[in-house]
Amino acid sequence: MGLDAFGHDPFWLVIIKILAVFVFLIVSTILMIWFERRVVGRMQHRPGPNRYGPFGLLQSVADALKLALKEDIMPTLADKAVYFIAPIISIMCAFTAWAVIPFGPEVSIFGVRSPLQITDVPVAVLVVLACSGLGVYGIVLGGWASGSTYPLLGALRSAAQVISYEVALGLSIVAVFMLSGSMSTSEIVMSQGENPPIQLSLLGMELNFNVPGWYAILLLPSFIIFMISMVGETNRAPFDLPEAESELVGGFHTEYSSLKFAMFFLAEYINMFTVSAMCVTLFLGGWRAPWPISIWGEANTGWWPILWFLGKVWVFMFVFVWLRGTMPRLRYDQFMRLGWKVLIPLNLVWILVVAGVRVSTQQENGTTKTLVIGGVVLLAGAVILFYPRRKQYVEPATADLGLGGFPVPPLDLKVPPSPRTKKIEATREKASVGTDSKTDTTGEEG
Amino acid sequence: MSLSQWVPLVVLFTLATLFALFSVTIAPYIGPRRYNKAKLEAYECGIEPTPTPPGGSRFPVKFYLTAMLFIIFDIEIVFLYPWAVAFDSLGMFGFVEMLLFIVTVFVAYTYVWRRGGLDWD
Repeated sequence: MGLDAFGHDPFWLVIIKILAVFVFLIVSTILMIWFERRVVGRMQHRPGPNRYGPFGLLQSVADALKLALKEDIMPTLADKAVYFIAPIISIMCAFTAWAVIPFGPEVSIFGVRSPLQITDVPVAVLVVLACSGLGVYGIVLGGWASGSTYPLLGALRSAAQVISYEVALGLSIVAVFMLSGSMSTSEIVMSQGENPPIQLSLLGMELNFNVPGWYAILLLPSFIIFMISMVGETNRAPFDLPEAESELVGGFHTEYSSLKFAMFFLAEYINMFTVSAMCVTLFLGGWRAPWPISIWGEANTGWWPILWFLGKVWVFMFVFVWLRGTMPRLRYDQFMRLGWKVLIPLNLVWILVVAGVRVSTQQENGTTKTLVIGGVVLLAGAVILFYPRRKQYVEPATADLGLGGFPVPPLDLKVPPSPRTKKIEATREKASVGTDSKTDTTGEEG
Repeated sequence: MSLSQWVPLVVLFTLATLFALFSVTIAPYIGPRRYNKAKLEAYECGIEPTPTPPGGSRFPVKFYLTAMLFIIFDIEIVFLYPWAVAFDSLGMFGFVEMLLFIVTVFVAYTYVWRRGGLDWD
């Protein structure tokens, strides 16, 4: 199965697949909201939603219906057209990414042999990256068009955050492309099933070993970087600075209500599923069965792979909830430092290491030479990176011990007057000026 | 490789757009409408909204710098992707070329770092 298997589906099958994915995404989102509230509840020693349906399963359905029946507010200061378009952009990008996610191998659907994937293109991974990149427009435009301060700040933070972590995310995939030699998702999954023996000649010794199929094992640093940056990319805790409730109320969607808000919410959860599915596809063998199950010969055929795929995706969804339940939010400067100063240089060095090893396995007697060159480059990079920077010594601030050892605010503190008092004072002054001039003139006359 | 592989993607895109357009359009009609002046004002936790000039207020230039840096690195990624896919056929030549390229970008990167372009306060 390769790229040739795609693009031959009859139109009715295309529609069936698309509707199936559509329903899958909406049902998963509803399930995920319930799952998240239950698990976070358990982590905080409270039951979570448990009233509607068994285990509170229908809670999210009730919430969604209630949201649809709420008043749709259009703020007076909003830029009407952009305010209207922003949630549509978010949803468009969130759904489109799922066109290239592989759910399973070729099966027979109503007598037609077809892969369990809507479609695949030679640049499938780029399509997903483009969708996540364009999705930022929905957030930025929504925040900007609200004509309010909190959404604008949330949107700016979100844009800076998503683009920063997109660089790390994009760089972490490069090593996968190098090993699979393809950007199509189905081919990346296929290449993780093979176990090509690798021969390394290290300083005269011959090493023969079998490479495990999954790239998460083979490219562990890439996998870890991808996992960190996918949390940053989806604005989730501990990287949920654009929606920091304690600082920004709700972030970019503060002014949104009713179904417009629901669209943003849906897009956010679908994006979580998208990055999880991408992580599974790129690093965890996609729909391939995990190790103990894969011994069973038919694990990777028929409809079974959907089960393995969904299982892996839900493991990541649990990780998202787990992070939210246990980690405090980062400060913005810490967060940007992690993205720009740790993940990106680490990524670049790792790509060079992988490339060096790969090129050395192809060449005869080239290993030692490449290793030496690579070592020198690595050392130089490390020296530049970790060169101790002279830090200015800052006097530790002493606490202001005011009255009787208790810290008190400065007694001559000037509080800026509120706009309203300013207005009142201005009118008062005007009135007094008027009377003053009157008395003056009378005085002169007298 | 053919254009017909892109057709399902376009169909999904259209369907998603229609779904979002439908939801956003019907929202004002199925919900109640109770006019309240305060409700339509910008939300700022109950205090009077800060007056903002039309077209949005000013924001720190840091965000602009981040966007510029993003473009530089994104272009680097654009160069890296085709190189990574064709890596096996390029061999040693490709490796050395990319090494030079990454080192060049790294020099610029260190410059930005040392000048404090990556620091937030």
